[in-house]
Amino acid sequence: MLEVDVRHRQGGFRLEASFASDVAVTALFGRSGAGKTTLVNVIAGLVRPDEGRVLVNGRVLVDTARRVWVPAQRRRVGYVFQEGRLFPHLTVRQNLLYGRFFTAAEDRYAVLDQVISLLDIAPLLERRPAALSGGEKQRVAIGRALLASPRILLLDEPLASLDAGRKSEILFYVERLRDELRIPMVYVTHEIEEIVRLAERMVLMSDGRSVACGPVPEIMARLDLRPMTGRFEGGAVLDTVVAAHDLDYGITTLAFPGGELECTGVDALPGERVRVRIRARDVSIALERPAGISVRNVLAGRIAEIGAPRGPEVDVRIEVGQVSLLARLTRRSAEELGLAPGRPAYALVKSVALDHRSVGYA
Amino acid sequence: MPGLTPEEWEAIRLSLRVSLSGVAASLPLGVAVAMLLARARFPGKSVFDAVVHLPLVLPPVVVGYFLLLVLGRKGPIGGWLESAFGVVVAFRWTGAAIAAAVMGFPLMVRAMRLSIEAIDTRIESAAATLGANPAWVFATVTLPLMLPGIVTGALLSFARSLGEFGATITFVSNIPGETRTLPIAIYTYTQVPGGDLQALRLSFIAVVLSLGALLASELLVRRATARAAGRDA
Repeated sequence: MLEVDVRHRQGGFRLEASFASDVAVTALFGRSGAGKTTLVNVIAGLVRPDEGRVLVNGRVLVDTARRVWVPAQRRRVGYVFQEGRLFPHLTVRQNLLYGRFFTAAEDRYAVLDQVISLLDIAPLLERRPAALSGGEKQRVAIGRALLASPRILLLDEPLASLDAGRKSEILFYVERLRDELRIPMVYVTHEIEEIVRLAERMVLMSDGRSVACGPVPEIMARLDLRPMTGRFEGGAVLDTVVAAHDLDYGITTLAFPGGELECTGVDALPGERVRVRIRARDVSIALERPAGISVRNVLAGRIAEIGAPRGPEVDVRIEVGQVSLLARLTRRSAEELGLAPGRPAYALVKSVALDHRSVGYA
Repeated sequence: MPGLTPEEWEAIRLSLRVSLSGVAASLPLGVAVAMLLARARFPGKSVFDAVVHLPLVLPPVVVGYFLLLVLGRKGPIGGWLESAFGVVVAFRWTGAAIAAAVMGFPLMVRAMRLSIEAIDTRIESAAATLGANPAWVFATVTLPLMLPGIVTGALLSFARSLGEFGATITFVSNIPGETRTLPIAIYTYTQVPGGDLQALRLSFIAVVLSLGALLASELLVRRATARAAGRDA
């Protein structure tokens, strides 16, 4: 359980954040400069807030009103930095064991061998950080934080300095942590893709303020937050269950409350929970069920909300069953079709638009 | 080396002992002052910085004279040392070591300070999040990372000490076997008739020692830098 309610001024920058979360992975999402790193530094004890409080699992780490300040070294907060920050003069093994040394024996729960195999870093143990690739460095940094047996793990854009291939490699390991160690994590990112794969709840940050906090599908479906949840990559996020695979065609059917979706490239067994992001710009709207069309997902629903137009575009929320989809249309289309809240409509989604990049495994 | 007289050997041994002791004794203080100058903010810091660098620009004789005033048997600190502990440094080899250390101190601090300023403090805050308190952070991160600066500083100060003349002769005079270090011995031989050969021989030895110190520093710095940067030397 993480509770944050802080205000801090740093030069011309103002941080005002307030949220609580008790899920496995909480994402801090926002553009660069939104104050995500400052907020994480407050939780870790590297920045002392002007005002407010931070609690982890009921333990007060900061409370300016009661003059409580726990210094960083006594917080037992694991921190994986954007740039790794490994100790250059120590070997990988010494780096890993560093935090463990400072953890009281009765507080240690992380086991060296387990962490090494979890992160596949056995071959690296005797090397020094200078001899590691970017992805290897981040894996060691994660292992080092874990071996201090933290009560919460903060990951500050751990993929930011990596290329695309290394990114999915580290994402895979972070998923492993989430599923095998059950340690609460705060994951900072400005990539929607990572949130969809990892997080249950998200805190939306903008200009130093926490604008919204809630379950990922709920936040992503809110039209009023659209300007902040990603212009290009943004869209509805659905929690689904794998219903069937068509191995001949490589098509997977995902079931959600009130409908089904066909998509490609899903690597999960029937019955497994899968989260899928449907980008608003990949969704079209039809007033009648179209015939003779290649689009495989034609979902009957109802227009629920029409957002404020932005330039030539407008976002529309359609309720299908118990979930919402977002569609981004031209303002002209929306007017010509006479879209209005309450009107029945069909949401059209190409299956090829839902590939492995839009899918996360819960 | 054959042909060296016992007095000449004495001067060489004494020089090495004075320089090594001076460096060893001033090393912890050097690290502390370098940390203060590199990291701390306090009023009067620029004055403090100037005082630390003073021996670099003052005539060595002046430094030696001040040392005599303060640490001499009638000086405020020297007198107290003698009455409280029975320790006398004036006109002793320990006094020569102090003079050498004071003269080499600015060079030592400067090298260390530069290497502290090159350390990424974010690595230190990473250590804090892993549970290390400030003393542990210093011992396990800062100190190893500033090692190249410590080595350079120590060797610069050592080389400066080997050549120390003015402050030493003013503070502890020229006593054979006690304070007659290599440069003072050379000077003495040039002052006596027929001492030219001995002066030349000792000068040659001084060249060898200084060259050796420089080469050793080059080697050690290379290794220390490699270690701090995480490469195998």
